[in-house]
Amino acid sequence: MDKNTAYQTVKAARSQDKILTSDLIKKLVDGFFELHGDRKAGDDPAVIAGIGYLADHPITVVGISKGKDTDSNIKRHFGSPTPEGYRKALRVMKQAEKFHRPILALVNTPGAYPDVNSEYHGQGEAIAQCLLQGMQLKTPYISIILGEGGSGGAIALCCGDQVYMVKDSMYSVLSPEGYASIMWKDAKKAPAAAAEMGLTPQELLNDKIVDQVLPEIKSDQDIKKLAKFLNNKFTALEKLPVEELVSRRQQRYARY
Amino acid sequence: MNQIKQDPDVFKKRMDNIPDHLLVKCPYCHEVSFREDIGPEHVCPKCGFAFRILAKRRVKLTFDDFEEMDAELTIPDRYTNKKYREKIAKAEKLTGLKESVLTGKAKIKDLSFYTGIMDPYFIMGSLGSATGEKIARMFNKATADKLPVVMFTASGGARMQEGIDSLMQMAKISSAVAKHDQAGLLYIVVLCDPTTGGVTASFAMQGDIILAEKHALVGFAGRRVIEQTIHQKLPANFQRAETVEEHGFIDAVIARKEVKPTLYKLIKLHQKEF
Repeated sequence: MDKNTAYQTVKAARSQDKILTSDLIKKLVDGFFELHGDRKAGDDPAVIAGIGYLADHPITVVGISKGKDTDSNIKRHFGSPTPEGYRKALRVMKQAEKFHRPILALVNTPGAYPDVNSEYHGQGEAIAQCLLQGMQLKTPYISIILGEGGSGGAIALCCGDQVYMVKDSMYSVLSPEGYASIMWKDAKKAPAAAAEMGLTPQELLNDKIVDQVLPEIKSDQDIKKLAKFLNNKFTALEKLPVEELVSRRQQRYARY
Repeated sequence: MNQIKQDPDVFKKRMDNIPDHLLVKCPYCHEVSFREDIGPEHVCPKCGFAFRILAKRRVKLTFDDFEEMDAELTIPDRYTNKKYREKIAKAEKLTGLKESVLTGKAKIKDLSFYTGIMDPYFIMGSLGSATGEKIARMFNKATADKLPVVMFTASGGARMQEGIDSLMQMAKISSAVAKHDQAGLLYIVVLCDPTTGGVTASFAMQGDIILAEKHALVGFAGRRVIEQTIHQKLPANFQRAETVEEHGFIDAVIARKEVKPTLYKLIKLHQKEF
């Protein structure tokens, strides 16, 4: 991948102009009702969870969202969830399984929040359980990377039956800055890192890491199209016998 | 130390045949001990810290019988980067392994189970795609044979050189653990020094029972990353097994010589239902 093209994608994925996960949920899901808290210790505003309708069908949505302004970005740690956030997502996904509702996971995160409390509260365990339980959820589960798909913090909610990326998004094992500083001890070589890492939607589609690249979501018209697209996908997944759905999901990840 | 890092032959020679008079410094308590006092277990006589050991040494210390699986499974040819290839060659020489994990079927006394032992000397036990393949195959075999799994984790996390493929191993191994879990089989994890990053955030924290060796480093985010985020010094014993246990994420922290009898006792208890 060309250095400039790859880094353009990184910049576009991080752009402030992108639709916020929180705004997209409100527009995409009719009558969205937000559910707070992990029922264990707290509520992480970086993760938005709740229920509503997608084209008249009840669904569960979990989303990692950046903030609108400095205040909300501080609350949401610029879209980096704490363990409470992952546990809230998992709680609501288990609830979706109970009520046979499909799950839509929307991801825009530079990564899980790296601070002392997140470590004390078991960041690793929280992500590990999202992966382990996510592989066993007996209900359709679709993940979309809307902007940044940063490492373990992203894959926690990217283990659905289908994983999509929008045009201006990225998905990688670490940030290009991090890669450059580890490999070449120079974070400024991020563009070269981006080129080497294969983090653009097209490359990841070619590598079969994601199933489809979706158009960028900007206008209300785009959101309507997305709703229709997702409704079709969920309807198809709903037709599979549950055992087959889960077994296909596990097979999807076994191939890597 | 530099010479050791650069020349695996020198390192291996020392590992195999360290003269008794050699002194060793504990990376945890920084006390110096005589080499002969750390014993075959390689444990600090002052603080009990369990030193990083080669996977093959751990086999000898822990099992009565061991049959290796997929010994030839190695890093796929598609990774052609020269520096990476050099790293792999060095790691192979150092550890006698072709990937960062040694898998197989093991026995303690009369009890059989499957096991995976990560080798911290193989590119920091990082999670390559063949590492994931070996662990997933081992879990699938255990599921088919209806046997428990014991995983010894020791890893710096994802392997940068394999990019997104490394990240995908977290999901891949999780899917194999899920099948083993669904079959109602026992999975025990022994967290060894160091267990971090993507390994902590996947199979290391998915066990029915999670044990840890004394003072082992266990965490998700790297120390430097956290310091940069919070702009302050980290508390003492941060990300040490005892601290993680205190916060509720480890069932028991045990001495290395207790690992074998503890595994036996736990697996034995699961042989029978009430």
